[in-house]
Order: sequence, then structure tokens, then C-alpha cells
Amino acid sequence: MKNKNNIRFVQGNEACVEGAIYAGIDFFAGYPITPSTEIMEHLATRLPQKGGKFIQMEDEIASMGAIIGASLTGNKVMTATSGPGFSLKQEALGYACMAEIPCVIANVQRGGPSTGNPTHVSQGDVNQVRWGTHGDHAIIALTASNHQDVFKITVDAFNMAETYRTPVVILLDEVIGHMREKLVIPEPGEIPVVERLRTSVKKGVDYHPYLPREDGRLPMSDFGAEHKYNVTGLFHDMWGFPNNDPKVVSELLRHLVDKIENNVHEISMYKEYWLDDAEFILISYGSSARSAIHLAKNRRARGIKIGVLELQTLWPFPAEMVREKCSGAKAVIVVEMNMGQVVTQVKNAVDNPRNVFLANRIDGELISPTDIKTLLRMIQGKGV
Amino acid sequence: MERSRLVFSGSGGQGVITAAIILAKAAAIFENKSAIQSQSYGAAARGGSTRSDIIIDDSEIFFPKVIQPNILVSLTQESYNKFSAIIRPGGLLLVDSKYVTIEKKVDAKHITLPMYESVMKEIGKPIVFNICMLGALIGVSGLIKPASILKVLETTIPEDFMEMNKKALDLGMKMGKKEKY
Repeated sequence: MKNKNNIRFVQGNEACVEGAIYAGIDFFAGYPITPSTEIMEHLATRLPQKGGKFIQMEDEIASMGAIIGASLTGNKVMTATSGPGFSLKQEALGYACMAEIPCVIANVQRGGPSTGNPTHVSQGDVNQVRWGTHGDHAIIALTASNHQDVFKITVDAFNMAETYRTPVVILLDEVIGHMREKLVIPEPGEIPVVERLRTSVKKGVDYHPYLPREDGRLPMSDFGAEHKYNVTGLFHDMWGFPNNDPKVVSELLRHLVDKIENNVHEISMYKEYWLDDAEFILISYGSSARSAIHLAKNRRARGIKIGVLELQTLWPFPAEMVREKCSGAKAVIVVEMNMGQVVTQVKNAVDNPRNVFLANRIDGELISPTDIKTLLRMIQGKGV
Repeated sequence: MERSRLVFSGSGGQGVITAAIILAKAAAIFENKSAIQSQSYGAAARGGSTRSDIIIDDSEIFFPKVIQPNILVSLTQESYNKFSAIIRPGGLLLVDSKYVTIEKKVDAKHITLPMYESVMKEIGKPIVFNICMLGALIGVSGLIKPASILKVLETTIPEDFMEMNKKALDLGMKMGKKEKY
């Protein structure tokens, strides 16, 4: 009989945990919050099994601080939370952007603002991920609509955090986090895993933590081990010491933004369904993409030329790709569970923003294929 | 197979959500079908009506929620009253005779079985009430094989409890098979 140990029937939150384990997570610090708690719960079991460290901190702020410190000392790290906790993490998230510390933050979205609607679904944190922390900066945010993809993007999140030395946000939602479906754990090696790039500078020789190599990457040295260096949230020079020389400030800020924005093609991940001849394009992500695909499949069977563009990278926003995919469409419908966050990006990206519509739902219930169908019929002039 | 959309409803603590997970897992892992299980979260952990949705199909499932179930299981009067109206016309409605008095208002095949009482009489432990319900359900519907349920139980419960669960599943199967759907 075939070995079935790698087949699971799990919640999306567990798929995220298994992805983190596959990617080589060493350290998790967190504070429980619905609907993300299962990530923490399962890592509390899984991490010690592989020699990692798990710690429940006093709050979300401390958790963010803990993973930043642990990452600096050479560990692959993660925390998990939901909207209210994600708000608390913003200050330290900005610190990780500025100090270029690789870390992964899972935000399983629930209704907001504030404590909002804890047990119900929302996709209201898309813009918060982008601009929740102050000041110009770039960020990476990934999402997925099924458990196999949740696993995959979690591994990608760890890889990108290491490659670009940046915080990466895994933006899930309550439906994906809590529902159960099949997950096949890939064999080791099936998905590439990026390891920490460490400096080749010998012990006792000066190490410059913020001096980029030829290829622009910054090799790290485990903090507290072989080299002494400084880390700060202030603008800093190649030694890591505070410096407000206009040239230093401007070069660092450009570097922080460019290292991500100049690599949109590398970072951008998406899936497409029946786009080749599509007159109507549904753009969606996370659990709402499931409803979009359901409806498109159903309408295709009735001869309507409709397709789906499912975004897996939300930030940096893949504007060029979206513009190209939508160039031949009569209408583009963005399906999301908020007041219109990704739709704004799509309108900015496409040639004809007047053909972009929003199909949304904000009452804590998963948007249904019928909800989307209603809008589609109105656009088609068929009425409801 | 035709897509099966199920809603299990009852009171917090009866094991309806556990039963839903076992059924969906059995279908997904041991019968190689697509299966999705989800549940309503809220302040109904113990007492109050709980609900879990399951979809089973041969083809991929995208929208994961059940709007109109073709099979509804209700293990309390409250959950029957709350959910019986959403059943798909011509569907199957399975209830427990001790807890639910049915009013035949909806267009569905009503099946009332003494699941709780049989479990108490034959086994004496209410914790396997949900497994008896699963047995009855697959006895009536032939949805999946009982062996697949047992395989899931083998991997999730302690060995000492296997016999009791097996007995409860058989008890339900016997009752269910007598019914026509």
C-alpha cells in the first residue's frame, strides 16, 4: 500500500504550520487570537519536535520584538496574529523593514476595525499590510485560496524574507484558516528552500552589516556570535550606526524600496483560469477567489467567456501583469471582502479603469458565487 | 457521483463537528474524493446550536460553504427548527427520535431513528452517539464505506476506545440500512 503519511486533512492554519516547518522555521513567538490561534497551537507541538523554540509572549508587540531578535541571531522566525494584533505589531514591523531583518508574519484576517468580528471572515487588512507602519517602505504580502497553496506560499514567504532581508506578511482569512481540506506534504527538495546568507568575513575582521555585495544582497552575521555591530531603527551607515547625512538617508530609503519594487516580476505569483479568450475577468484572492472560480466554471458551462485572475502576491502589487491580463477584457470585476482595497490598485493598473467593478461583501459571510453573478448580470445588462 | 452537500447540526458537546471532520477526512483520504469541512464559529461551544458543513464530490470543490444541503442531520429540536427550512427539496433529513419531534413541513425524506437511546442501551456511553449517527447516515445514503470511517478512527482515537466506536458505527449502520432513500 502506498505510504499515506504525507497526506493530511487539515485546517488552513495547519497547512501554514506545515509550510513553515518545511521552510525550516527555528523560532516562533506569538500571542493567541482568533482566527489565527491554530497556527500557534500547532507550532507549540511541532517546533519542539524538531529542536526549535516556541514561546507565548505577553502580547503581540513583545512577540514581534522576540522574532526580530531571534532572527538577528541566525534563526528563521515567524509570528501569527489577526487584525487587532497586527495593528500592535506595526511599530516593530517598521523596525524590521528599516533594519532589514528577515521575518514572517501571518495575519489571518477577521472583521475590523478594532476587535470587530472575531469569528467571521474579512479581507479588510490588505491596505494595512501595505501602509500600516509609517514612512516610505516596501513590503511583501502573499495569500492563497487553498491549503496546498497556503503551504507553498508559506515556504515562499520564508524564502523571500531571507532573499530580500525583509518582513513578509502571509495574509490569510478566517475561511481559509479554519476550513479543512486535503493537503499533500511535498517531499524534501520539491520546493526550494532558501537558507540564510551569512557573511564570509572571518572572526576578528571588520564586518559591515549594511554594505551590499555586488549583487545588492547583504550577508548577515549571527548577532552575538563572531562580529560586533550595531542595529538601529534610525537611518544608518554601513556599520549600522545612526547617520542623518542626506546622502546616506536618501540612498538607504531608495535601497529599502528598490530591493522589492525592482523585483516585482520575481516576487509576483498568481494563477489564472480560462483567461485566454475571457471577455469578463474576475480578479480575486484568498477565500473569495474560491467563489470567483466556482462562478466562472459555472458560467463557462453556459458559454460565457469569463475567466479568473487569482492574485497570490498582493504587495508589491503586480500592476504591469494585471494591466496585460486585462487589456482585452470588456469588464473586470474585483471580488473581495472589504470596501474596495485591491480594486483601487486594479483601477490604477488597467488602461480603462471605468470598466473595473467591485463585487464585495462586508457582513462577515463568505461572498458567494450568487453575489458575484448578480453584479455580472447587471454589467451584462441582463438585470437581476 | 453527484455532489453531496451536508449540514450536521446539534448542540455543542454532542460531537457533530467531530463527526463532520471524521466523515470529510474519510472521504478525502481513504476514498480519494474531494472533501471540505467547515463550521460556524461563535459562542456555541457548549449548548446553543452548532453547525458544520461538509461537501463531498469527485471533482474539485471551490466554494466551501453549504447553502442548500441535500442531507441535513439534526440532533436537537433547536437545530432542527433552525435549519430544516434550508434543505434542498427532495433531500434527506436525519434526526434523533429522543431529541427531535419532526413537523413534516419541508419537502424532504424524513428519517427518525432512536440513535441516542440505542447507544445508551447497547453501549451505555453517550460519547459515541455521533459515531452511531455517522453509521446511520452512511447506512441510509451509502455516501462512503464504513471501513473508511474506521480507518480514520484508528488514526485519531486511542486503541482502547476502538471497540466501542466500532460497535456504535455498526449499530447506526443496521438502523440506517433498514430505511429507504
